[in-house]
Amino acid sequence: MQSSFGSSVENPVVEQETRAAEELDVPWQVVVHNDPVNLMSYVTMVFQKVFGLTKENAEKHMLEVHQLGRSILWSGMRERAELYVQQLHGYLLLATLERTN
Amino acid sequence: MEFRRQKDCLEISELDPFLAELLRQIPESCSYEGVEAAQKRIFSTPAVASETEICAEWKIYVEPELRRLFRTATETVTADLQQLEGCAKPFANCTLRIPAENAEAWLNALNQARLAIAAKYNFSDGELCDHYRSPIGSRRDLGLFQVNFYGFLQEFILQEPPL
Repeated sequence: MQSSFGSSVENPVVEQETRAAEELDVPWQVVVHNDPVNLMSYVTMVFQKVFGLTKENAEKHMLEVHQLGRSILWSGMRERAELYVQQLHGYLLLATLERTN
Repeated sequence: MEFRRQKDCLEISELDPFLAELLRQIPESCSYEGVEAAQKRIFSTPAVASETEICAEWKIYVEPELRRLFRTATETVTADLQQLEGCAKPFANCTLRIPAENAEAWLNALNQARLAIAAKYNFSDGELCDHYRSPIGSRRDLGLFQVNFYGFLQEFILQEPPL
């Protein structure tokens, strides 16, 4: 088959480019997991301090962790998510960084 | 034992010798060296194992910072506990005053101790919720009592001051 637009597009050069997922700004999420040892009041206090949540909102997340086993506290850029996870580990909470699907 | 929230400190008075001894054991109970389960819990992974880069960087850059933070909290508590060494008689009740600015260090050290003890004895959820278990018949039972007593202290520190 021949192109009606002449020969300039007959052999196009395809350039391939690969990038790491981080470079594509894939959002990450900060997840806190249930832990039978940490007190509910302690977890609530930590959420207020680290994320600046109101007591009501912090309690909502704490109950989600307690009842569902996990709660997503924040999502966004990887660097900031890592910082939040570091702070949560400083308070000895079970927290992880996850890629958002 | 009585708790009072003073202007610049939290006061625990009428501490009997047994509870005072449990307080003295907080720094030692925070120790996770040589107890793999405790180390694994206190330095939990920051992501799933397949995120190898994140986990490897964490070990190099973040874990030393966390160790320093936990050590500082334990040292603060150790210094405050020196007050208990001043009890006039060996079996007399004592008073401990926790300066308000050290409250966060106490919360941290108490949490380290609770997590390390719970990991060491592998307490089940049921055991951890059984606050009225008695009597203390073994080292394991004493460990559970410590976890609950230290949790009780955390609750007291976390209480909001009355308006």
